[in-house]
Amino acid sequence: MARGACALTARGAAALVVALSVVPLLAVAWRAGGLPRPGAADLAALRFTLVQAALSAAFSVALAIPVARALARRRFPGRGLMITLLGAPFLLPVIVAVLGLLAIFGRAGLLNQGLAALGLPTLSIYGLGGVVLAHVFLNLPLATRLILQGWLSIPSERFRLAASLGMGPREVGRFLERPMLAAVLPGAALAIFLVCLTSFAVALTLGGGPASTTLEVAIYQAFRFEFDLGRAASLALLQAGLCVAAVALAGRAASLRGHGAGLDRAGPLPPGGGAGRAALDWAFIAGAAGFLILPLGAILVSGLPGLSMMPTSVWQAAGRSIVMALGSTALALALALPLGLAAARRREGGIWDGIAMLPLAISPMVVGTGLFLLTRGLAPPAVLALPVTVLVNAAMALPFAFRALLPAARAVEADFGRLSDSLGMAGLSRLRLVTLPRLRRPLGFSAGIAAAFAMGDLGVIALFGDADRATLPLQLYRLMGAYQMQAAAGAAVLLMVLALGLFWIFDRGGRADADA
Amino acid sequence: MRPFLIAAGLTLATQAAAQTPVLTIYTYDSFVSEWGPGPVVEAAFEETCGCDVKFVPAGDGAALLARLELEGDTTEADIVLGLDTNLTARAAASGLFAEHGQVPDLDLPIAWNDPLFLPYDWGHFAFVHDKAALPNPPTGFAELAASDVSILIQDPRSSTPGLGLLMWVKAAHGEQAEAIWQGLSDNIVTVTPGWSEAYGLFLEGEADMVLSYTSSPAYHRIAEEDDSKSFARFDEGHYLQVEVAGKVAGTDVPDLADDFLAFMLTEGFQGAIPTTNWMYPAVTPEGGLPEGFGAPVAPEDTLFLPADAAAELRGTALAEWRAALAR
Repeated sequence: MARGACALTARGAAALVVALSVVPLLAVAWRAGGLPRPGAADLAALRFTLVQAALSAAFSVALAIPVARALARRRFPGRGLMITLLGAPFLLPVIVAVLGLLAIFGRAGLLNQGLAALGLPTLSIYGLGGVVLAHVFLNLPLATRLILQGWLSIPSERFRLAASLGMGPREVGRFLERPMLAAVLPGAALAIFLVCLTSFAVALTLGGGPASTTLEVAIYQAFRFEFDLGRAASLALLQAGLCVAAVALAGRAASLRGHGAGLDRAGPLPPGGGAGRAALDWAFIAGAAGFLILPLGAILVSGLPGLSMMPTSVWQAAGRSIVMALGSTALALALALPLGLAAARRREGGIWDGIAMLPLAISPMVVGTGLFLLTRGLAPPAVLALPVTVLVNAAMALPFAFRALLPAARAVEADFGRLSDSLGMAGLSRLRLVTLPRLRRPLGFSAGIAAAFAMGDLGVIALFGDADRATLPLQLYRLMGAYQMQAAAGAAVLLMVLALGLFWIFDRGGRADADA
Repeated sequence: MRPFLIAAGLTLATQAAAQTPVLTIYTYDSFVSEWGPGPVVEAAFEETCGCDVKFVPAGDGAALLARLELEGDTTEADIVLGLDTNLTARAAASGLFAEHGQVPDLDLPIAWNDPLFLPYDWGHFAFVHDKAALPNPPTGFAELAASDVSILIQDPRSSTPGLGLLMWVKAAHGEQAEAIWQGLSDNIVTVTPGWSEAYGLFLEGEADMVLSYTSSPAYHRIAEEDDSKSFARFDEGHYLQVEVAGKVAGTDVPDLADDFLAFMLTEGFQGAIPTTNWMYPAVTPEGGLPEGFGAPVAPEDTLFLPADAAAELRGTALAEWRAALAR
């Protein structure tokens, strides 16, 4: 019976997700009165969208594997801080992240200044390369964390057993690490592919020109330039189709084995191997740290003088954003947990997996417009601006929270499911005694990601228009729009610190045992 | 649902308590920000109108019109403020606007006789540069294309200045526009989604020049006491942007809306424009422009396509732009 209650919760969560993604799309299509066929320019946009998203996902994941492995195997002072900072790029508003990257890789950036000083030709970041570089900067940390999560989910007893059997790194890789990667990688790659699918500001700012048009840009054009709702809906449907295909593909690729039950004890590190491997690990850690921390440092340096120039409205917006981020976090977890547990019970995540990824599939522009149409007449849009933003940000964070929970939820189900069933343990007691303690780490991480994401995302608030109650990201854009670039840089630092702070608090709660 | 109902109830209660009429003005975001003209304008008009002015920000000019079109006849807007001449043809075709019925005396570089929309400010697009870093900027598109001067521009599909540049090249070079764009393609560092991104990148040193307004250097001069910026004067002239407001046909306070449009061209509104919106006021204030604002581009150097012609050419111009830059 309790199992029925669980399924019911999952169904309720699914219904809310659909209401926040598919229903708005239908509303826009219905209002348009039809779906025209995409034209030649749209197909070019489709091609570019696919290429850049696939490359971004591939590079992010390929680079994240050695970084995550190095972080799992090595202990050093500042490791905890680095793992927290790994969350930072992902949660920055895109324009801030782009400015940080340009301070290093731009025409006037550190890299090119260095090259010029050495008499070498300078590099241009703009174009497909720049788009992929920025997407890797934004998503490599997410991929690293998801994969690191996988490494830490292998019970320490397995490594101890491997060591007592005299297994070297090669055998451990074959029997323990590779099966884990097979379970984690498709999901991580999928999440990043989907984020990049709806890329808008990165593709436009770093793309260098109209050759780098993504579907989301085409949707924006259809909506604003032509007010052609039908075309916007068609393109959004095309984008959603890509997403469904990608989810299906990744679902097929994922393997689902658990590692066998462990006693949840901290144990020895995964075997480190010889000096050569150690050197390689340190090189990857240093490389990742430099790649991620230098642009963040540039944002900090350029923003510090602006902190004192920020008007009080920025602080008010910051307070509002914190409250909204906490609301979004609670809601995102309330959606991710039942969906994750429901997905873990099936051999393939199937329908639940697809539903949890839906919010990434539908164009944010279309979701905002659809919700605007749907809520007409309920209340004035300005009154709805904040609650709708909380809802949408929770939905947008769901896919990441879900991805972070799923491998651990699967492992719990595979390792303890039958035992719990045979003991007749179900419902809340099973959740409390078996499931939640083992999901603590990914739950904390999920909450951190959701909070930081909700903090940094502009969401749909701009469309609903409320003159007096801006969020911090919106206030940052307003500062930039009013020539207040210095104050905007200060607001960016504040945003980065707050988002990281929230992320750190939640994540810390979840992995209190990871730094031992 | 409960928070929604409470919120809706509160709104109704406040409306019932205050019997003063409300004038709802849809505008772009930067107009109502604390640095924009909104707060000054609101206070000045409320002094005399016996009404409550409510600004509703909706992104930028294009998003503003999109929102109005989404709402159609059921819109709460009484006034829409912040469209420009690239949008007025579409706005007029929506049938949502009423005639303003005024015969204004305007200080515009062109004659104005649109029956639906009244201008409140204007400016010319221009490439802004740093005087020390680029002492001799190019003096036209051809010279720019032949030079190795780097520029940042905005995407015409998502930004007002970007669309302005598209029409600038088209108005100045007609049939040759695509060739000009091909020549410019290696000068363009990147195309940003909006003005803020491009201007931010320019200040970070990513390019020699950025597409903005002739009045941008005045901002740095007056607000930051920094005289390092200037704009490149182009021989073919500069494209004009006129920002307008209109009365929504379905307004429930038509007289108040008329009053506001009349007020819009008086000192209380126009005096705030130069140093809050950083544009030229449609009616020059009595004391003239603020010191250091700089004289506008002369009328004879003004390029401008009337709304209908602009709407007609837009599709072709965009296709040329895309074809030339996509290579």
